[in-house]
Amino acid sequence: MITLAEIDIKEQLNEILSHYSGRRDELIPILQGAQEQFGYLPLEVMLGIAKFLRLSESTVFGVATFYAQFKFVPSGKRTVKICRGTACHVRGAPRILDEVEKRLGIKPGGTTDDLEYSLETIACFGSCALAPVMVADDKVYGRMTPTKVGQILGDTK
Amino acid sequence: MAMTFDEIRTQAVSEWEALEHSEKPRILIGAATCGQAVGATAVLEAIETKLDQHNIEAIITQVGCIGLCYAEPIVNIIKPGRPHIYYGNLTPELASQIVEDYLINDDPRPDLALGTVGDSSVKDIPKFFELPMLKPQVRVALRNCGLIDPENINHYIANGGYSGLVRALGMTPETVIEEVKKSGLRGRGGAGFPTGLKWEFCRKSPGTVKYVICNADEGDPGAFMDRSLLEGDPHAVLEGMLIGAYAIGATEGYIYIRAEYPLAIKRLKVALKQMEEYGLVGDNILGSDFSFHIKIKQGAGAFVCGEETALMASIEGKRGMPRSRPPFPAQAGLWGKPTNINNVETWGNVSAILQRGGDWYASYGSETSKGTKTFALAGKIERTGLIEVPMGMHLREIIYGIGGGIPDDKRFKAVQTGGPSGGCLPASHLDLPVDYESLTQAGSIMGSGGMVVMDEDTCMVDVARYFLSFTQAESCGKCVPCRLGTKQMLDILDNICTGKGKPEDIDLLLELGEQVKAGSLCGLGQTAPNPVLTTTRYFQDEYEAHINKQQCPALVCRELISYYILPDKCQGCGICLRECPSEAISGGKRMVHIIDQSKCSKCGTCLDVCPTRFGAVAKVSGEKVSVPKKPIPVTAPKLNTGTSSQSSKE
Repeated sequence: MITLAEIDIKEQLNEILSHYSGRRDELIPILQGAQEQFGYLPLEVMLGIAKFLRLSESTVFGVATFYAQFKFVPSGKRTVKICRGTACHVRGAPRILDEVEKRLGIKPGGTTDDLEYSLETIACFGSCALAPVMVADDKVYGRMTPTKVGQILGDTK
Repeated sequence: MAMTFDEIRTQAVSEWEALEHSEKPRILIGAATCGQAVGATAVLEAIETKLDQHNIEAIITQVGCIGLCYAEPIVNIIKPGRPHIYYGNLTPELASQIVEDYLINDDPRPDLALGTVGDSSVKDIPKFFELPMLKPQVRVALRNCGLIDPENINHYIANGGYSGLVRALGMTPETVIEEVKKSGLRGRGGAGFPTGLKWEFCRKSPGTVKYVICNADEGDPGAFMDRSLLEGDPHAVLEGMLIGAYAIGATEGYIYIRAEYPLAIKRLKVALKQMEEYGLVGDNILGSDFSFHIKIKQGAGAFVCGEETALMASIEGKRGMPRSRPPFPAQAGLWGKPTNINNVETWGNVSAILQRGGDWYASYGSETSKGTKTFALAGKIERTGLIEVPMGMHLREIIYGIGGGIPDDKRFKAVQTGGPSGGCLPASHLDLPVDYESLTQAGSIMGSGGMVVMDEDTCMVDVARYFLSFTQAESCGKCVPCRLGTKQMLDILDNICTGKGKPEDIDLLLELGEQVKAGSLCGLGQTAPNPVLTTTRYFQDEYEAHINKQQCPALVCRELISYYILPDKCQGCGICLRECPSEAISGGKRMVHIIDQSKCSKCGTCLDVCPTRFGAVAKVSGEKVSVPKKPIPVTAPKLNTGTSSQSSKE
């Protein structure tokens, strides 16, 4: 049985694919477009892309799983990102990450069971002057301390 | 429609001059990603509100990064007929106060100003470009950053932009290559290969279809030079690409840029559209026979894609894995065609070289490393920021002169250059000139320009582990030395940092490191051991303390440190007990508090929140502090604990 949601996904994917001609080098832009649309890359989307580009499914998965950007499970409503850049590291980013992990009960790359929060680490935001940096709901918090983690996550919860 | 370049330039210059001599006050706000992160948007809103309230018409321009990150958000206010005044560290309140004081009441507020630019001066405000952070700098790649509107091509053209392209189009491709060779420019992405020579290989490669690529996959943590340049002056890079394409004989180009840089991508798109309108990109550029098309490709979060063969695989829609060379990209690159890849900063220099000449460029720098280099100065340093200096400047002048030294009277320990591929250089190397050869000889590399300063509170073993955990995670897995070697090295470092190191570990690390360097397929693996090799070379005593005494001298490695509340100093105020996220502290009013070591997560919160005048929390490594088994009444002489809500360090 085909559910309404599946039809919906198909239509949205077709809309994305209509901007492309089916060349191999369009694979990554298509994956990026699909992830922007759906928030992650559902299985049926991956299969649809493989068909469109006439690539094997394993090729499409092989490329998608290679790049850190692509996700295959839905993300939480809110995303907490911890910068792991060098400047942040020497100014105490590991302490911030530990505190967030403990509070949310998830590791980087994970999502809470209630789909409320996702936790990610970022190689460098380039906001090194504010180290250590944390981003929650796209708001940048600089000069973080473990205590501030509680205040910020308490606020957003 | 089809204007000549002279007409375009005349129009641009008159627009720029009208702006410079505007009757209205002008406000320039640094709104690059880093400015926005510290609240530039809120500052801008506050300024606009204030202007509205007083019915003042002003011209507001969002500009790129001027490089004084420590002073962001930065605003430049220009009153007609007056010098520019830069203000830094602004909050919305301060910004709106300055509008009122300066624009309305004519008090320039020297107490809040950073400096002035212009012929005349303002009492009690220094000259902006004479500030210690700016004076030693020579801005070539960054020449326009923070000064022009990056979304207005006329600003770029009015400041000499695209005159380099016009000059190149009047020369033969071979003479353009000669000009670049004369400048001595070497690749700014890190490896330092001579740019002119690279172009010549590609030019001479047989084939009618050739590609030019701009590598904007700036992946080094602690590096943000390329982002700032693209956000602040995208045309400088694009003009460089056009010149390169003309010299090489390429008709198609790609910019491969990190998806994490949305603002830079936006600026590039705007810039390309404006170029199209002026006939500066596409078919028959400026009426010549030269045609060149540029496409933007977004990276997808793989560090290894900064390596040129991996980058090309990624553009082709494949996994971004490097391949062995030869054939070099100049012979067989993108889709098997001759391809030339240069980094963002290299392209930004190329446009300046054609505008002002190879000899001019070569007059800066040292014997083997000509010109200037940008650095992202960060870490334990007073003035963080983005700088550009002539090659050959000594590390000491960069760190102490430009950067203002180490904050909080701490001792300098090391400077890390070149990101995960570079190394950590100790105080004994502070007089090292910054050029390709000197840095390589010292065990580090120039790299793309990350420069992170470390003080006595930084553990060098932990730093080595940090970089290796990064490269190990980013290793694409294609070749064995990199895939398995970095993993083995990381395991050893993990052991050392957790007190499980063995005396033979240092030798094993060195042996593994040399093999990974020698045997890896691409630059990622070939340089991944550098942070370990330099720290073992310059900071062996720290490794030995971890291994032989289970001690972390910098008090960083968590498994090797403990926190204690000193019974003779604790006032029993209860702040640490309330703030401890692990509920590991017991105590009571006027009772000596005690940390349950089995519950302590070693987050350091208790040390942060204990009022400094009590100083009752100690962080130690390899020693025990004797404390009572359970809370006892306070014995220390009573000090004022202040208000009970006090929760932060004074």
